[in-house]
Amino acid sequence: MHKATNCTKAVEMIPDGATLMIGGFLGVGTPNRTIDEIIRQGKKDLTIIANDTGRPAVGIGKLIVAKLVKKVIASHIGTNPETQRQMIAGELEVILTPQGTLAEQIRAGGYGLGGVLTATGIGTSVAEGKQTIELNGKQYLIELPLHADFAIIAAHRADYQGNLEYALTARNFNSVMAMSADHVIAEPDHIVPVGVIPPDAVVTPFCCVDYIIERCN
Amino acid sequence: MDEKVLIAKRVALEMKDGSLVNLGIGLPTTVARYLDPKLTVFFQSENGIIGLAPAPDNGMVDPNLTDAGGGFVGAIPGAASIDSAVSFGLIRGGHLDVTVLGGLEVDELGHLANWTVPGKMIPGMGGAMDLVSGAKKVIVAMQHSAKGKSKILKRCTLPLTSVRRVDLIVTELAVLEPTDAGLVLKELAPGVTIEQVVAATEATLVIPEKVGVMAVSDDDAAAAKA
Repeated sequence: MHKATNCTKAVEMIPDGATLMIGGFLGVGTPNRTIDEIIRQGKKDLTIIANDTGRPAVGIGKLIVAKLVKKVIASHIGTNPETQRQMIAGELEVILTPQGTLAEQIRAGGYGLGGVLTATGIGTSVAEGKQTIELNGKQYLIELPLHADFAIIAAHRADYQGNLEYALTARNFNSVMAMSADHVIAEPDHIVPVGVIPPDAVVTPFCCVDYIIERCN
Repeated sequence: MDEKVLIAKRVALEMKDGSLVNLGIGLPTTVARYLDPKLTVFFQSENGIIGLAPAPDNGMVDPNLTDAGGGFVGAIPGAASIDSAVSFGLIRGGHLDVTVLGGLEVDELGHLANWTVPGKMIPGMGGAMDLVSGAKKVIVAMQHSAKGKSKILKRCTLPLTSVRRVDLIVTELAVLEPTDAGLVLKELAPGVTIEQVVAATEATLVIPEKVGVMAVSDDDAAAAKA
């Protein structure tokens, strides 16, 4: 089975209106080559699930500036004034979610769980419209799982079977998202022969990864 | 002494040997400069590392090693990188000893508002709600007033970050501790009187018979070395 492909072919699979999880934290660990190709192909009406919307010229921020996004689910948009401008102008729907809750919603989506219970957000505006439950005398919010059509993730090294390793804080949401989408596209810095990444060093197991972006198109 | 330096130095006195600490962006980050050098304190950044260290020299940064503000940082030998789910598992699960955050408002109930000003500033809460809900100890480090208005109120007017009661509030005037009995004036900044703190505070304070003085020194030797 050949998982290696290039940016062009990988992005051609993404339909307009798709829900995309995109890894990264303020552009660190963000799959930049694939993002640039999404812009080049002009995919539109996207729903983006990500930690943040980068900066206007960095990472996911470029998709916002190109007006390809109709909805964002993120924990932080403060570093991208364009996200805030489009939100206030009513051009972009933004759902702000506590970062830990977002990570757990994505994890639940990939782990086959019906949701998560968290005390984060109880008594705040985050709780509006959500169910709460009391267990052992403590209040929890019921947060539902998130799932995407595509997860586009960055990795440090992949082998040709699809096993992934990450580098330092570039891991962030990438390994969590690798479990939670119908199709997972990994954009590694390096691709190595199968067997080079030892089993104990594999963070994302190969069965989760459908496509590996090679460096040259 | 500069007000923010005073606040950072006083917060630094709360740190215990071997603890895991998350410092928020801005003033809280500067607390690391004033730690007792005899202590070993480990820092977490919620984007996925424990064992954070100051940034290396120019030209030596690793683009894959940043803090939660996106700034380049270093890591100590023995640091561990983790994903976002593990990172917030540490925060919510009782593994993070202390978080230090800035504040827009704090009130008599010990509630903190620090993530949004509706209509003006809507950056998103990032990790703040999880940190305040989950850390074992929450310290708010902020200036006592903004534009002449007290930030320590009877009740917060801005949307809350959490309904969890924070553990300590450190300002350039005082150290306050929210308790069942109310907001207790624990310490005064050097040279500040009880009357000055009361006058600068909208909230009603509980004033014990003995109010301490912040044990901060003017010695900036530690800071110069850092």
